[in-house]
Amino acid sequence: MARVIVQREAFDIAAEIARMAADGGTDIGAIVTFTGLCRSEKGVLAALELEHYPGMAEAEMERIAREAEDRWPIDALTIIHRYGKIVPGEGIVLVLAASAHRAAAFEAAEFLMDYLKTHAPFWKKEHRADGQEGSWVEAHTRDDVALGRWRD
Amino acid sequence: MKLVYFSWVRERIGVAEEERDLPDSIHMVADLIEFLIGHGENYAYAFENAQVIRVAIDKQHVPHDAPIGNAKEIAFFPPMTGG
Repeated sequence: MARVIVQREAFDIAAEIARMAADGGTDIGAIVTFTGLCRSEKGVLAALELEHYPGMAEAEMERIAREAEDRWPIDALTIIHRYGKIVPGEGIVLVLAASAHRAAAFEAAEFLMDYLKTHAPFWKKEHRADGQEGSWVEAHTRDDVALGRWRD
Repeated sequence: MKLVYFSWVRERIGVAEEERDLPDSIHMVADLIEFLIGHGENYAYAFENAQVIRVAIDKQHVPHDAPIGNAKEIAFFPPMTGG
């Protein structure tokens, strides 16, 4: 059963790793973490504002987590996605995957990120450092391409 | 029927959500989009490139040819950019 959280507050990576190691039992041999950060785009952006679809965001993250659990021998999963205003350097998303061996944990973490980016209902709006109206971040074709490799 | 909008779809339409009575002629998502486009320039603007718009029925992704059935809530939004 994955730990899935959508929250406004910052997350604590070390605390999440410690929690997973403590709760996951003694057969976990590998915990892979991925952290997605807000970038400034070389000083252009003051912040990103993340909008989400409450209820669906959590449901979709749980569905993606179940798919990962079906595909790999996973002992524990954590997915935390933030919403609201996030400044450069702060975390936006955190994924943790635990398994007996590293291969499954690495692959599951990457799978989760590829699906989160294309299926979890979140949208980023830019806040510009120069005060001008920012635009909505556009979806990248490369994210759909990344998804393709998980389909047989 | 409750309709909800996100991101620039919400901004272009001008409301985050609304209740609408739908005529019986609307069977699938694509019919609903056509119906909405007929309700004002703001809708026409939001759906000007309708094929890129993603749709969720009762918080599950669906294609544009999905039947609306007994949906309680239908959401329209651009491709997602989380992560």
